[in-house]
Amino acid sequence: MSGSIQAPAIDARGITRVYKAKPTDVTALAGIDLEVAPGEFFGLLGPNGAGKTTLIKILTTLLLPSSGSARIFGFDVATETKKIRRIMNMVAGGEQSGYGILEAREQLWMFSQFYGLGAREGWRRVDELIDAVGLGEQRNQRVSTLSTGQRQKMNFARGLLNDPWVFFLDEPTLGLDVSAARSVRELMVGWRAAVPGRTVLLTTHYMAEADELCERIAIVDRGRILAIGSPAELKRRVQRESIFRLELDRLSGGPGGLARLPGVISAVAAIDATKDGEAPTRQTVVINLVLREDSALAGVVAALDGLGAHIVALAKSEPSLEDVFVELVGRGFEEDDRDEADPMRRAGPADRAPVEPHEAGQPDPGEEV
Amino acid sequence: MAAPGVVQPTPGPVTAPGLRVFVGRPTASPQEAANWTRRQVWANNLHSIVGRAYPRVRGLTREPSWLVFQMLLPFLTTSSFVFVYRALDAPPAYIGFVVIGGAMTAFWLNVVWMMAAQLYWEKDQGNLELYFAAPMNVMSVLVGMAVGGLVMSSTRAISIMFIATVVFGVSFSISQWALLIAVFVLTLAALYGFGMMLASLFVMWGREAFHLTQLMTEPVYFVSGLNFPVGRLGFIGALAIALIPLAVGLDAMRQLAFVSTGPTGTPEPWVEALILVAMTAIFIGLARWLLHSMEERARREGRLTVRWR
Repeated sequence: MSGSIQAPAIDARGITRVYKAKPTDVTALAGIDLEVAPGEFFGLLGPNGAGKTTLIKILTTLLLPSSGSARIFGFDVATETKKIRRIMNMVAGGEQSGYGILEAREQLWMFSQFYGLGAREGWRRVDELIDAVGLGEQRNQRVSTLSTGQRQKMNFARGLLNDPWVFFLDEPTLGLDVSAARSVRELMVGWRAAVPGRTVLLTTHYMAEADELCERIAIVDRGRILAIGSPAELKRRVQRESIFRLELDRLSGGPGGLARLPGVISAVAAIDATKDGEAPTRQTVVINLVLREDSALAGVVAALDGLGAHIVALAKSEPSLEDVFVELVGRGFEEDDRDEADPMRRAGPADRAPVEPHEAGQPDPGEEV
Repeated sequence: MAAPGVVQPTPGPVTAPGLRVFVGRPTASPQEAANWTRRQVWANNLHSIVGRAYPRVRGLTREPSWLVFQMLLPFLTTSSFVFVYRALDAPPAYIGFVVIGGAMTAFWLNVVWMMAAQLYWEKDQGNLELYFAAPMNVMSVLVGMAVGGLVMSSTRAISIMFIATVVFGVSFSISQWALLIAVFVLTLAALYGFGMMLASLFVMWGREAFHLTQLMTEPVYFVSGLNFPVGRLGFIGALAIALIPLAVGLDAMRQLAFVSTGPTGTPEPWVEALILVAMTAIFIGLARWLLHSMEERARREGRLTVRWR
């Protein structure tokens, strides 16, 4: 099958990936089924070692699956690599690609030549993208002198040089400060929104990032997809009751009466002394209300009106994606950052080839051009 | 086709001036964008050659101190051999042999360090996977590296030739200019073809590439006769002429640049030119095949994209 307008942006069926290793083989992916629609902002959420990066390597044609198949807009990742490479791009967090001796503008131009742009067209596109990602002041600065955040913006511009239809982002905000991470997230959203059909596959282990950006999320652990759905759908999986936090000006008789209302599971009161400086200025009553479903709230509000209590604040408590993960996996992210299954993340600086001594007169390998 | 539970996205407003660029080059569909004409494919490969050569050419002017090291140090090595030959009252042509050898050293070092070992370093820097994920033929990257390396090394080679010729008063006696130029070009083609082939091999051998590079440098200097006529090595010299482009090219150039030296015990220059043609075809063909094999093996084993493998 070749590409089709009707095809999903990403269609993976039964993907497994096993790395030969000693003493035992490493199973990075253990049967992944995934379908991402054109135009979707899809997230793969999981701890280090979950297999997210391995899946991206397969989808970007850099790695073959041990079994199973995957297609990008209908093109097979095993046999139609060139076609896929023309319509996709990828950016990884902490990416150090390129050559430090070049200026940011020059480096991007070099990459533009690899992605099918002509010489002049490349310069024009590079200048546009440099301005768009906010690197105008650094355009003539050497790559080796860019900060981590600036470098990642440059990487992001590189990823957009060929106007990809599918953009793979592998932990793109890894190691960035809050401001730089926000900036990169805004760029992702802005780029995707500009043309319908553009698809983003984002891997991250930042829960809030996935929650903020993704229309659907797959929670991945140890090479398997544990759950898939929109952030709201995933949260609903772990929230079987509706939980509200009610703040009232007063509540005569206590919350016992509320607890007996239809649909109310429990109502627990707490006093919240809100202070203005040192002196308490007013007192409110805070009720943690657990309902069978949201509709039971109407009865509570009516009852409060009858009791003469006024609602000062009302907030629905929602579980976080971390709660979802804990529910599904039985442990939190932090407990599993041991990089057990994902070789891409396991290869830390200590595993990398050491910078070898180099012969006098030869360029330093680190600055090799 | 939408995934279950997913509302088909609609384009958002692109209001911020900086974001308008994100609209980019419009293509109607991914399928249209994926299907390139043959012309587009060729253009992409040619542009990629220029793109990969660019950092090497740009690097020449960016760090001028590099030029001093690249010219001064080899000149000192060449000078030491010149003084030895002078002390031994060797024929004057031997001084010229050393100067040509010194100039060609630049190309050989470039091939070994910046061609053969380059893909290995590119892998370590994270560039290799970006090259493979780009739509061009990766041979373009190797050719671009070679073109950039040629420009870099030519600067050094020409400088050594010029300075040594002036300082030591080398007098060339050239009778066949056309053949000399052809042999020079063929030597470079074969040499860089050899480097392209090694690049593919080295990346499969991983971090041992560095040691292999070290292992190759000096023996090739020796058997190629960089500082003496290779004919003096007898059978080893003949073997080198048959296998190592530097040895055969250097010998042919010496025969053509110093016709007065008489028989060298090696094949005629035109025969050596044919050997170079064969070498060029074989090395570039092998490089292409190895690169393709390497990519397939790397995709199967994760060798290119997984740094620890």
